[in-house]
Amino acid sequence: MCLAIPARIIELEGDKAIVDAMGNRFKAKTTLLPDAKLGDLVLVHAGFAISRVDEEEARKTWELFSEIEDLNAE
Amino acid sequence: MLNKINQAQDILDATCKSIGRQINIMEVCGTHTVSIFRSGLRSLLPENLRLLSGPGCPVCVTSQDYIDIVLELADRDDCIIATYGDMIRVPGKAGSLETKQSKANIRVVLSSEDALQLAKENPDKTVIFIAVGFETTTPASAVAVKEARADSIENFCILSGHKLVVPAMRALLSGKNNKIDAFLCPGHVSAIIGYGAFREIVEDFNRPCVVAGFEPLQIIETLAEICKQLLENKAELKSLYGAVVTEQGNITAQKIVEDCFEPIDGYWRGLGKIEASSLGLKREYSKYDAFKRFNITEKSSEEIKGCRCGEVLCGLIEPHECSLFAKKCTPIKPVGPCMVSSEGACAAWFKYGRQGNNNDNR
Repeated sequence: MCLAIPARIIELEGDKAIVDAMGNRFKAKTTLLPDAKLGDLVLVHAGFAISRVDEEEARKTWELFSEIEDLNAE
Repeated sequence: MLNKINQAQDILDATCKSIGRQINIMEVCGTHTVSIFRSGLRSLLPENLRLLSGPGCPVCVTSQDYIDIVLELADRDDCIIATYGDMIRVPGKAGSLETKQSKANIRVVLSSEDALQLAKENPDKTVIFIAVGFETTTPASAVAVKEARADSIENFCILSGHKLVVPAMRALLSGKNNKIDAFLCPGHVSAIIGYGAFREIVEDFNRPCVVAGFEPLQIIETLAEICKQLLENKAELKSLYGAVVTEQGNITAQKIVEDCFEPIDGYWRGLGKIEASSLGLKREYSKYDAFKRFNITEKSSEEIKGCRCGEVLCGLIEPHECSLFAKKCTPIKPVGPCMVSSEGACAAWFKYGRQGNNNDNR
Protein backbone atom coordinates (compact mmCIF):
# COMPACT_ATOMS: atom_id res chain seq x y z
CA MET A 1 0.00 0.00 0.00
CA CYS A 2 3.00 2.25 0.45
CA LEU A 3 3.75 1.88 -3.24
CA ALA A 4 4.96 5.14 -4.78
CA ILE A 5 5.59 5.89 -8.42
CA PRO A 6 8.31 8.21 -9.76
CA ALA A 7 6.80 10.81 -12.07
CA ARG A 8 7.83 14.11 -13.68
CA ILE A 9 5.88 17.29 -13.04
CA ILE A 10 4.75 18.52 -16.45
CA GLU A 11 2.15 21.08 -15.37
CA LEU A 12 1.99 22.97 -12.10
CA GLU A 13 -0.50 25.52 -10.80
CA GLY A 14 -0.32 26.26 -7.10
CA ASP A 15 -0.07 22.80 -5.51
CA LYS A 16 -1.98 21.08 -8.32
CA ALA A 17 0.24 19.21 -10.74
CA ILE A 18 -0.07 16.95 -13.73
CA VAL A 19 2.68 14.36 -13.66
CA ASP A 20 3.98 11.86 -16.19
CA ALA A 21 5.15 8.34 -15.37
CA MET A 22 6.18 6.17 -18.30
CA GLY A 23 3.81 8.10 -20.59
CA ASN A 24 0.87 7.86 -18.19
CA ARG A 25 -0.37 11.25 -17.08
CA PHE A 26 -2.29 11.84 -13.91
CA LYS A 27 -3.07 14.45 -11.26
CA ALA A 28 -0.95 14.84 -8.15
CA LYS A 29 -0.65 17.47 -5.46
CA THR A 30 2.59 19.02 -4.30
CA THR A 31 1.25 20.20 -0.91
CA LEU A 32 3.82 18.01 0.89
CA LEU A 33 6.70 19.22 -1.32
CA PRO A 34 6.04 22.96 -1.46
CA ASP A 35 9.23 23.84 -3.35
CA ALA A 36 8.63 21.32 -6.17
CA LYS A 37 9.07 22.88 -9.60
CA LEU A 38 8.01 22.16 -13.14
CA GLY A 39 10.23 19.39 -14.55
CA ASP A 40 11.08 17.90 -11.13
CA LEU A 41 11.03 14.15 -10.68
CA VAL A 42 8.98 13.20 -7.62
CA LEU A 43 7.66 10.05 -5.95
CA VAL A 44 3.86 10.03 -5.98
CA HIS A 45 1.88 8.10 -3.36
CA ALA A 46 -1.93 8.19 -3.04
CA GLY A 47 -2.16 11.33 -5.16
CA PHE A 48 0.58 13.27 -3.38
CA ALA A 49 4.23 13.91 -4.21
CA ILE A 50 6.05 12.76 -1.06
CA SER A 51 9.70 13.20 -1.97
CA ARG A 52 12.13 14.03 -4.74
CA VAL A 53 13.81 11.24 -6.62
CA ASP A 54 16.86 11.27 -8.92
CA GLU A 55 16.90 10.27 -12.58
CA GLU A 56 18.68 6.97 -11.99
CA GLU A 57 16.31 5.81 -9.24
CA ALA A 58 13.28 6.81 -11.33
CA ARG A 59 14.60 4.90 -14.34
CA LYS A 60 15.29 1.79 -12.24
CA THR A 61 11.79 1.88 -10.72
CA TRP A 62 10.12 2.39 -14.11
CA GLU A 63 12.08 -0.60 -15.46
CA LEU A 64 10.88 -2.66 -12.49
CA PHE A 65 7.28 -1.63 -13.16
CA SER A 66 7.56 -2.61 -16.85
CA GLU A 67 8.99 -6.00 -15.86
CA ILE A 68 6.08 -6.53 -13.46
CA GLU A 69 3.59 -5.53 -16.18
CA ASP A 70 5.25 -8.02 -18.57
CA LEU A 71 5.11 -10.71 -15.90
CA ASN A 72 1.46 -10.02 -15.15
CA ALA A 73 0.65 -10.10 -18.87
CA GLU A 74 2.13 -13.58 -19.19
CA MET B 1 22.95 -5.98 -12.85
CA LEU B 2 23.15 -9.77 -12.58
CA ASN B 3 26.84 -9.46 -11.84
CA LYS B 4 26.15 -7.03 -8.99
CA ILE B 5 23.47 -9.32 -7.58
CA ASN B 6 25.93 -12.23 -7.69
CA GLN B 7 28.55 -10.14 -5.87
CA ALA B 8 26.08 -9.09 -3.17
CA GLN B 9 24.88 -12.68 -2.87
CA ASP B 10 28.48 -13.93 -2.43
CA ILE B 11 29.04 -11.42 0.39
CA LEU B 12 25.74 -12.44 2.00
CA ASP B 13 26.58 -16.15 1.72
CA ALA B 14 30.03 -15.75 3.24
CA THR B 15 28.75 -13.52 6.07
CA CYS B 16 25.89 -15.86 6.97
CA LYS B 17 28.27 -18.83 6.93
CA SER B 18 30.60 -17.05 9.37
CA ILE B 19 27.68 -16.14 11.66
CA GLY B 20 26.88 -19.85 11.76
CA ARG B 21 23.44 -19.72 13.36
CA GLN B 22 19.86 -19.06 12.31
CA ILE B 23 19.40 -15.38 11.41
CA ASN B 24 15.93 -13.79 11.32
CA ILE B 25 15.45 -10.46 9.56
CA MET B 26 12.02 -8.88 9.55
CA GLU B 27 10.69 -6.61 6.81
CA VAL B 28 7.94 -4.28 7.97
CA CYS B 29 6.65 -3.10 4.63
CA GLY B 30 4.16 -4.93 2.42
CA THR B 31 5.80 -3.55 -0.71
CA HIS B 32 9.10 -5.13 0.39
CA THR B 33 7.30 -8.44 1.01
CA VAL B 34 5.93 -8.45 -2.54
CA SER B 35 9.20 -7.29 -4.10
CA ILE B 36 11.15 -10.03 -2.28
CA PHE B 37 8.76 -12.77 -3.41
CA ARG B 38 8.23 -11.50 -6.93
CA SER B 39 11.94 -11.18 -7.67
CA GLY B 40 12.62 -14.70 -6.40
CA LEU B 41 15.14 -13.33 -3.88
CA ARG B 42 14.10 -15.89 -1.25
CA SER B 43 15.46 -18.71 -3.37
CA LEU B 44 18.90 -17.00 -3.39
CA LEU B 45 19.14 -16.65 0.38
CA PRO B 46 21.56 -18.72 2.45
CA GLU B 47 19.98 -21.64 4.33
CA ASN B 48 20.39 -20.01 7.73
CA LEU B 49 18.87 -16.65 6.76
CA ARG B 50 15.15 -16.37 7.22
CA LEU B 51 13.04 -13.38 6.21
CA LEU B 52 10.01 -12.70 8.37
CA SER B 53 7.16 -10.65 6.94
CA GLY B 54 6.13 -8.37 9.77
CA PRO B 55 3.22 -6.00 10.29
CA GLY B 56 3.87 -3.97 7.15
CA CYS B 57 0.61 -4.27 5.29
CA PRO B 58 -1.92 -1.71 6.59
CA VAL B 59 -4.93 -3.80 5.62
CA CYS B 60 -3.48 -6.83 7.43
CA VAL B 61 -2.83 -5.05 10.72
CA THR B 62 -6.19 -3.27 10.84
CA SER B 63 -8.24 -4.70 13.71
CA GLN B 64 -11.30 -6.84 13.16
CA ASP B 65 -13.36 -4.30 15.10
CA TYR B 66 -12.34 -1.49 12.73
CA ILE B 67 -13.43 -3.63 9.74
CA ASP B 68 -16.78 -4.32 11.42
CA ILE B 69 -17.26 -0.60 12.14
CA VAL B 70 -16.66 0.16 8.45
CA LEU B 71 -19.22 -2.48 7.44
CA GLU B 72 -21.80 -1.06 9.86
CA LEU B 73 -21.26 2.46 8.53
CA ALA B 74 -21.67 1.10 4.99
CA ASP B 75 -25.25 0.12 5.88
CA ARG B 76 -26.24 3.74 6.46
CA ASP B 77 -28.21 5.30 3.62
CA ASP B 78 -27.14 8.80 4.55
CA CYS B 79 -23.43 8.10 4.03
CA ILE B 80 -20.96 7.34 1.25
CA ILE B 81 -17.96 5.17 2.12
CA ALA B 82 -14.84 6.28 0.24
CA THR B 83 -12.08 3.71 0.52
CA TYR B 84 -8.77 2.70 -0.98
CA GLY B 85 -9.28 -0.44 -3.07
CA ASP B 86 -7.18 -2.54 -0.66
CA MET B 87 -9.98 -2.55 1.93
CA ILE B 88 -12.77 -3.75 -0.33
CA ARG B 89 -12.38 -7.50 0.14
CA VAL B 90 -11.39 -7.65 3.82
CA PRO B 91 -13.90 -9.91 5.57
CA GLY B 92 -15.71 -8.80 8.70
CA LYS B 93 -18.51 -10.39 10.71
CA ALA B 94 -21.06 -9.33 8.10
CA GLY B 95 -19.36 -9.99 4.77
CA SER B 96 -17.06 -7.40 3.22
CA LEU B 97 -17.44 -4.07 1.44
CA GLU B 98 -17.28 -6.08 -1.77
CA THR B 99 -20.36 -8.11 -0.86
CA LYS B 100 -22.17 -4.87 -0.02
CA GLN B 101 -21.00 -3.22 -3.22
CA SER B 102 -24.39 -3.61 -4.86
CA LYS B 103 -25.16 -0.60 -2.74
CA ALA B 104 -24.21 2.54 -4.58
CA ASN B 105 -22.71 4.15 -1.49
CA ILE B 106 -19.34 2.39 -1.57
CA ARG B 107 -16.77 4.11 -3.74
CA VAL B 108 -13.16 3.18 -4.37
CA VAL B 109 -10.84 6.19 -4.44
CA LEU B 110 -7.16 6.55 -5.29
CA SER B 111 -6.61 9.53 -3.05
CA SER B 112 -8.08 11.38 -0.08
CA GLU B 113 -8.61 14.25 -2.55
CA ASP B 114 -11.05 12.07 -4.51
CA ALA B 115 -12.97 11.42 -1.29
CA LEU B 116 -13.18 15.15 -0.62
CA GLN B 117 -14.38 15.72 -4.18
CA LEU B 118 -17.16 13.14 -3.58
CA ALA B 119 -18.27 15.20 -0.59
CA LYS B 120 -18.45 18.33 -2.76
CA GLU B 121 -20.48 16.48 -5.39
CA ASN B 122 -22.89 14.88 -2.89
CA PRO B 123 -23.90 17.60 -0.43
CA ASP B 124 -26.88 15.57 0.85
CA LYS B 125 -24.66 12.65 2.00
CA THR B 126 -21.84 12.40 4.53
CA VAL B 127 -18.68 11.06 2.94
CA ILE B 128 -16.66 8.86 5.31
CA PHE B 129 -13.08 8.35 4.14
CA ILE B 130 -11.65 5.04 5.37
CA ALA B 131 -8.27 6.41 6.35
CA VAL B 132 -5.94 3.46 6.77
CA GLY B 133 -2.22 3.26 6.18
CA PHE B 134 1.13 3.91 7.74
CA GLU B 135 3.09 7.15 7.83
CA THR B 136 3.39 7.26 4.02
CA THR B 137 -0.36 7.58 3.63
CA THR B 138 -1.31 9.68 6.69
CA PRO B 139 -0.22 13.06 5.26
CA ALA B 140 -2.77 12.68 2.42
CA SER B 141 -5.56 12.26 5.00
CA ALA B 142 -4.31 15.25 6.96
CA VAL B 143 -4.30 17.48 3.87
CA ALA B 144 -7.90 16.46 3.06
CA VAL B 145 -9.06 17.26 6.60
CA LYS B 146 -7.34 20.65 6.51
CA GLU B 147 -8.88 21.42 3.13
CA ALA B 148 -12.33 20.37 4.34
CA ARG B 149 -11.98 22.80 7.23
CA ALA B 150 -10.60 25.63 5.06
CA ASP B 151 -13.41 25.21 2.49
CA SER B 152 -16.12 24.56 5.14
CA ILE B 153 -17.03 21.17 3.70
CA GLU B 154 -19.19 19.89 6.52
CA ASN B 155 -20.26 16.56 5.00
CA PHE B 156 -16.76 15.04 5.04
CA CYS B 157 -15.12 13.02 7.78
CA ILE B 158 -12.45 10.36 8.16
CA LEU B 159 -12.38 7.11 10.11
CA SER B 160 -8.73 7.21 11.11
CA GLY B 161 -7.10 3.79 11.34
CA HIS B 162 -3.67 5.29 10.63
CA LYS B 163 -0.86 3.41 12.33
CA LEU B 164 2.73 4.11 13.35
CA VAL B 165 5.49 1.67 12.45
CA VAL B 166 8.01 2.31 15.24
CA PRO B 167 5.66 1.51 18.20
CA ALA B 168 4.78 -1.79 16.48
CA MET B 169 8.48 -2.64 16.10
CA ARG B 170 8.99 -1.89 19.79
CA ALA B 171 6.02 -4.09 20.72
CA LEU B 172 7.38 -6.96 18.62
CA LEU B 173 10.81 -6.73 20.22
CA SER B 174 9.24 -6.61 23.68
CA GLY B 175 7.43 -9.89 23.00
CA LYS B 176 8.99 -12.82 24.87
CA ASN B 177 9.02 -15.17 21.88
CA ASN B 178 10.39 -12.77 19.34
CA LYS B 179 13.11 -14.14 17.11
CA ILE B 180 13.97 -10.90 15.32
CA ASP B 181 17.68 -10.15 14.86
CA ALA B 182 17.29 -7.05 12.71
CA PHE B 183 14.89 -4.98 10.62
CA LEU B 184 14.84 -4.25 6.93
CA CYS B 185 13.17 -0.87 7.34
CA PRO B 186 10.46 0.47 5.03
CA GLY B 187 11.46 2.78 2.17
CA HIS B 188 8.47 5.04 1.68
CA VAL B 189 7.49 5.30 5.33
CA SER B 190 11.06 6.51 5.81
CA ALA B 191 10.64 9.08 3.02
CA ILE B 192 8.15 10.76 5.38
CA ILE B 193 9.50 10.08 8.90
CA GLY B 194 13.21 9.97 7.96
CA TYR B 195 15.53 7.08 8.72
CA GLY B 196 16.46 8.80 11.99
CA ALA B 197 13.09 7.63 13.36
CA PHE B 198 14.50 4.11 13.74
CA ARG B 199 17.42 5.22 15.92
CA GLU B 200 15.45 4.36 19.07
CA ILE B 201 15.15 0.73 17.91
CA VAL B 202 18.90 0.51 17.36
CA GLU B 203 19.73 2.19 20.67
CA ASP B 204 17.05 0.69 22.93
CA PHE B 205 17.02 -2.85 21.53
CA ASN B 206 20.45 -3.18 19.95
CA ARG B 207 19.07 -4.34 16.60
CA PRO B 208 20.44 -3.25 13.20
CA CYS B 209 17.96 -1.14 11.23
CA VAL B 210 18.68 -0.56 7.55
CA VAL B 211 16.33 1.22 5.13
CA ALA B 212 16.06 -0.16 1.60
CA GLY B 213 14.32 0.77 -1.62
CA PHE B 214 12.39 -1.84 -3.55
CA GLU B 215 14.80 -2.92 -6.24
CA PRO B 216 16.04 -6.53 -5.74
CA LEU B 217 19.73 -5.55 -5.85
CA GLN B 218 19.25 -2.96 -3.13
CA ILE B 219 17.31 -5.40 -0.97
CA ILE B 220 20.05 -8.03 -1.20
CA GLU B 221 22.74 -5.39 -0.50
CA THR B 222 20.73 -4.33 2.54
CA LEU B 223 20.53 -7.91 3.80
CA ALA B 224 24.31 -8.20 3.32
CA GLU B 225 24.84 -4.96 5.28
CA ILE B 226 22.62 -6.22 8.12
CA CYS B 227 24.42 -9.58 8.27
CA LYS B 228 27.79 -7.83 8.28
CA GLN B 229 26.67 -5.86 11.35
CA LEU B 230 25.40 -9.03 13.03
CA LEU B 231 28.71 -10.78 12.36
CA GLU B 232 30.60 -7.90 13.93
CA ASN B 233 28.11 -7.77 16.84
CA LYS B 234 27.12 -4.25 15.87
CA ALA B 235 23.74 -2.59 15.60
CA GLU B 236 23.75 0.46 13.35
CA LEU B 237 21.26 2.70 11.64
CA LYS B 238 21.70 3.10 7.88
CA SER B 239 19.82 3.89 4.72
CA LEU B 240 20.74 2.47 1.35
CA TYR B 241 17.79 4.30 -0.22
CA GLY B 242 19.69 7.57 -0.49
CA ALA B 243 17.90 8.69 -3.65
CA VAL B 244 14.67 9.11 -1.74
CA VAL B 245 15.20 8.93 2.04
CA THR B 246 16.94 11.48 4.26
CA GLU B 247 17.64 11.30 7.97
CA GLN B 248 15.02 13.96 8.77
CA GLY B 249 12.38 12.87 6.24
CA ASN B 250 9.71 15.17 4.81
CA ILE B 251 9.34 17.85 7.46
CA THR B 252 6.43 19.60 5.73
CA ALA B 253 4.47 16.32 5.76
CA GLN B 254 5.39 15.67 9.41
CA LYS B 255 4.14 19.16 10.41
CA ILE B 256 0.84 18.74 8.56
CA VAL B 257 0.29 15.39 10.28
CA GLU B 258 1.25 16.78 13.71
CA ASP B 259 -1.16 19.67 13.22
CA CYS B 260 -4.14 17.32 12.64
CA PHE B 261 -3.36 14.10 14.50
CA GLU B 262 -2.13 12.93 17.88
CA PRO B 263 -0.92 9.47 18.93
CA ILE B 264 -3.58 7.35 20.62
CA ASP B 265 -3.64 3.72 21.74
CA GLY B 266 -4.08 1.51 18.71
CA TYR B 267 -5.53 -1.95 18.15
CA TRP B 268 -3.47 -4.20 15.87
CA ARG B 269 -4.33 -7.59 14.52
CA GLY B 270 -1.99 -10.06 16.17
CA LEU B 271 -0.32 -7.50 18.38
CA GLY B 272 -3.40 -6.33 20.29
CA LYS B 273 -3.44 -2.93 21.95
CA ILE B 274 -0.25 -0.89 21.62
CA GLU B 275 0.14 2.38 23.47
CA ALA B 276 0.40 5.48 21.27
CA SER B 277 0.58 3.47 18.06
CA SER B 278 -2.36 4.90 16.10
CA LEU B 279 -3.24 8.41 15.07
CA GLY B 280 -6.51 10.07 16.06
CA LEU B 281 -7.68 13.50 14.93
CA LYS B 282 -6.99 16.29 17.42
CA ARG B 283 -9.86 17.95 19.26
CA GLU B 284 -9.87 20.99 16.95
CA TYR B 285 -10.62 18.70 14.02
CA SER B 286 -13.19 16.55 15.83
CA LYS B 287 -15.91 17.71 13.45
CA TYR B 288 -14.13 15.66 10.78
CA ASP B 289 -13.67 12.62 13.00
CA ALA B 290 -16.07 9.81 12.02
CA PHE B 291 -15.57 8.12 15.42
CA LYS B 292 -16.89 11.26 17.17
CA ARG B 293 -19.53 12.11 14.57
CA PHE B 294 -21.14 8.67 14.83
CA ASN B 295 -20.23 8.13 18.48
CA ILE B 296 -18.21 4.96 17.87
CA THR B 297 -15.23 3.58 19.79
CA GLU B 298 -12.79 1.03 18.47
CA LYS B 299 -12.34 -1.85 20.91
CA SER B 300 -10.19 -4.91 21.10
CA SER B 301 -11.80 -7.66 19.10
CA GLU B 302 -11.84 -11.39 18.70
CA GLU B 303 -10.08 -12.57 15.62
CA ILE B 304 -11.46 -14.99 13.06
CA LYS B 305 -11.61 -18.58 14.36
CA GLY B 306 -8.73 -20.73 13.13
CA CYS B 307 -7.04 -17.80 11.35
CA ARG B 308 -3.41 -17.36 12.37
CA CYS B 309 -2.77 -14.04 10.59
CA GLY B 310 -1.80 -12.53 13.95
CA GLU B 311 1.06 -14.99 14.44
CA VAL B 312 2.13 -14.54 10.81
CA LEU B 313 2.28 -10.76 11.34
CA CYS B 314 4.48 -11.18 14.41
CA GLY B 315 6.88 -13.44 12.51
CA LEU B 316 6.07 -16.36 14.85
CA ILE B 317 4.90 -18.72 12.11
CA GLU B 318 5.11 -18.84 8.34
CA PRO B 319 1.84 -18.81 6.37
CA HIS B 320 2.00 -22.51 5.42
CA GLU B 321 1.99 -23.40 9.14
CA CYS B 322 -1.63 -22.20 9.40
CA SER B 323 -4.03 -25.10 8.82
CA LEU B 324 -6.36 -22.89 6.75
CA PHE B 325 -3.59 -21.83 4.34
CA ALA B 326 -4.28 -22.82 0.72
CA LYS B 327 -7.17 -25.00 1.91
CA LYS B 328 -10.02 -22.99 3.42
CA CYS B 329 -8.13 -19.72 2.88
CA THR B 330 -7.12 -18.75 -0.67
CA PRO B 331 -6.91 -15.43 -2.53
CA ILE B 332 -10.25 -16.19 -4.20
CA LYS B 333 -11.95 -16.96 -0.89
CA PRO B 334 -9.79 -15.38 1.79
CA VAL B 335 -10.46 -15.98 5.49
CA GLY B 336 -7.86 -13.64 6.95
CA PRO B 337 -6.55 -10.25 5.85
CA CYS B 338 -3.02 -11.50 5.08
CA MET B 339 -4.58 -13.49 2.24
CA VAL B 340 -6.82 -10.62 1.09
CA SER B 341 -4.27 -7.95 0.45
CA SER B 342 -1.85 -8.53 -2.40
CA GLU B 343 0.79 -7.22 0.03
CA GLY B 344 -0.13 -9.74 2.70
CA ALA B 345 2.39 -12.44 3.59
CA CYS B 346 -0.14 -15.25 3.00
CA ALA B 347 -1.13 -13.95 -0.44
CA ALA B 348 2.55 -13.64 -1.41
CA TRP B 349 3.28 -17.18 -0.17
CA PHE B 350 0.27 -18.50 -2.04
CA LYS B 351 1.15 -16.73 -5.28
CA TYR B 352 4.89 -17.25 -5.35
CA GLY B 353 5.43 -20.11 -2.88
CA ARG B 354 8.96 -21.23 -2.17
CA GLN B 355 10.57 -24.23 -3.71
CA GLY B 356 11.99 -26.64 -1.22
CA ASN B 357 9.77 -25.38 1.53
CA ASN B 358 7.13 -27.31 3.34
CA ASN B 359 4.08 -25.63 1.89
CA ASP B 360 1.05 -26.83 0.06
CA ASN B 361 1.38 -24.50 -2.84
CA ARG B 362 4.01 -26.17 -4.94
